[in-house]
Amino acid sequence: MSILSGLGARAAGLFADNKGPWGPTGDDGHDSPSSDGDSGGPWGDPPKRGRRPVNAPSGSPVSFEDFLRRSKARFGSGGSGFSGGPDRSIFIWAGVALGLLWLLLTTVHRIAPEERGVVTRFGRYSHTLGPGIGLTLPVPIDKVRKIDVENIRAIDLGTTGEETLMLTGDQNIVDIAYSVRWNIRDPELYLFELAQPDETIRQVGESAMRAVVSGFSLNDTIGEGRGDIETRVQDVMQRVLNNYHAGVRIQGIAIKQADPPAAVNDAFKEVSAAQQEAQSYINQARAYALQLTAKAQGEATAFDKVYAQYRLSPDVTRRRMYYETMERVLSNVDKTIVEAPGVVPYLALPDIKKAPPREPAQ
Amino acid sequence: MIELVRRRPLLTGFLALMLLFVMISSFPIVPETKQAVVVRFGKPVRILNQYKPNHLIGGPGAGLSWRIPFVENIQWIDKRVLDVDMERQQVLSTDQLRLEVDAFARYRITNPLRMYIRARTEDRVSEALRPILGSELRNELGKRPFAALLSPERQGVMENVRRGLDRVARQYGAEIIDVRIKKADLPDGTPLQSAYDRMRTARLQEARSIRAQGAKQAQIIRAEADAEAAKTYAASFGKDPGFYDFYRAMQSYQTTFIGDGAERPAPTTIILSPQNDYLKEFTGRAR
Repeated sequence: MSILSGLGARAAGLFADNKGPWGPTGDDGHDSPSSDGDSGGPWGDPPKRGRRPVNAPSGSPVSFEDFLRRSKARFGSGGSGFSGGPDRSIFIWAGVALGLLWLLLTTVHRIAPEERGVVTRFGRYSHTLGPGIGLTLPVPIDKVRKIDVENIRAIDLGTTGEETLMLTGDQNIVDIAYSVRWNIRDPELYLFELAQPDETIRQVGESAMRAVVSGFSLNDTIGEGRGDIETRVQDVMQRVLNNYHAGVRIQGIAIKQADPPAAVNDAFKEVSAAQQEAQSYINQARAYALQLTAKAQGEATAFDKVYAQYRLSPDVTRRRMYYETMERVLSNVDKTIVEAPGVVPYLALPDIKKAPPREPAQ
Repeated sequence: MIELVRRRPLLTGFLALMLLFVMISSFPIVPETKQAVVVRFGKPVRILNQYKPNHLIGGPGAGLSWRIPFVENIQWIDKRVLDVDMERQQVLSTDQLRLEVDAFARYRITNPLRMYIRARTEDRVSEALRPILGSELRNELGKRPFAALLSPERQGVMENVRRGLDRVARQYGAEIIDVRIKKADLPDGTPLQSAYDRMRTARLQEARSIRAQGAKQAQIIRAEADAEAAKTYAASFGKDPGFYDFYRAMQSYQTTFIGDGAERPAPTTIILSPQNDYLKEFTGRAR
């Protein structure tokens, strides 16, 4: 505190010209300290310090002044409030420091890499600061608004929870949810050209999606056409927003959901069930075909091999095959040899009876 | 002067404040987003920062300006692109189908003076344009069949609406940049339900046709396989039909009497005559 008051004393000396705007000095200061009696700084008070009698015989200006002084003392120099000299000079220094700080804060601007600073001079657009440190005139003259241009914002249109219905080109209805990703391309246009930029982008997004979907069939919308729809919506939105000079770039559209409405979903499931079923028909037929052709090829090849041998000596092979087959057949069955004619054989039929009725022909 | 200050600090403070106020109000700051009509005793005398089509921002209009304090009044008017939102409208197409349409228009005040005289505020311009947007849209869309309403952009319908609305907007010193349809939906109730029904039946029909197609293809595949097999057999067996007959007969006997391994046939009794070809050597007679 003593250092401060010393400083204060010196400062007071600087401004000691007795002619401060706030007026009359020389009112009796009984307890005036180091910085003494007759200096009236520009802010300041005459050295008549606080402990004046409250009922001083003075006009209203004086009591106003008194009030000012007291309040200053109270706010400014805290504890030493009523002890004279220091309070005045502290205000001066504080004022100078505040001024410098304000100058520093409003002239030097740090623009982050993702930002641009839009400078307006008395409200008129002057230039745009790139990333780094930018210098401008102080605040009432130049104002800087920092805009994040790299940040990609997303607007969700239509939620996956509730239905957002749109009419497709073939007059069907699709439930669609998508998001628009955008960022600011020209911060000055973004700031000054549209009254409600975000709302505008949302509305244009809705409108563009509706317009594009109405050019596609339902099957394309819920199927392969999605990518196509996304790029077209992006084009339309960009064109419309450029027409508004919005200063916005549409980065992309993402269709999160494109389904038939819940009311007809069962019928759509029926279609996919039918597709599965048809596929299984075809698979079964293919399996049959494979089996059949393989069998045919096998049998044909076997015949070809035998035939090739048969060609070498047809008679012998034929007889041989005949005997071999008959051997196998007859060795396996009951045989009865009957000298005919004239002999009526006794036919023992128990074996025939034993035979199951389903094979009577044998 | 100083004496005066010294004697009447309150008065001089007040005067200084007044002076400051007058200074500030005589040099108004015109931002980029506003245009202004300067009105002297109710009579418009000057326009500040008027919109010019090819001069977007950073033009000479914005910035520090001046006016005579207390005499001239400044009416601020938005310079940016503004929005008119229409309430939902039912549109009847030429083929008597209904569609609920939700649209918006974007406009800009290009003639602030006319706008100030006719409407005073931007809100009133919007108020005035809103019903006209609705009726223009209804008129224009009502001339088309339903199918055309789904994509009105294509036939230049929206351009017609824009032009019609623009004609009115010019009277208010505004210019319509764009009219767009935000939503076009079938009204709730019967139209929506019948659309659902149509979709449902179309799907069921599709399902049935997919099944039939599958069955058809399966049948074709089977038939082709049969044909292929027959061809293979014919190509092989056709080389010697006589031998095939013998060969197949042998196979057949074996299968019939012995079985093919999978199941054994029922026991069989064969009665042979000694004249049988198989037994021809049995009698030992010479050939």
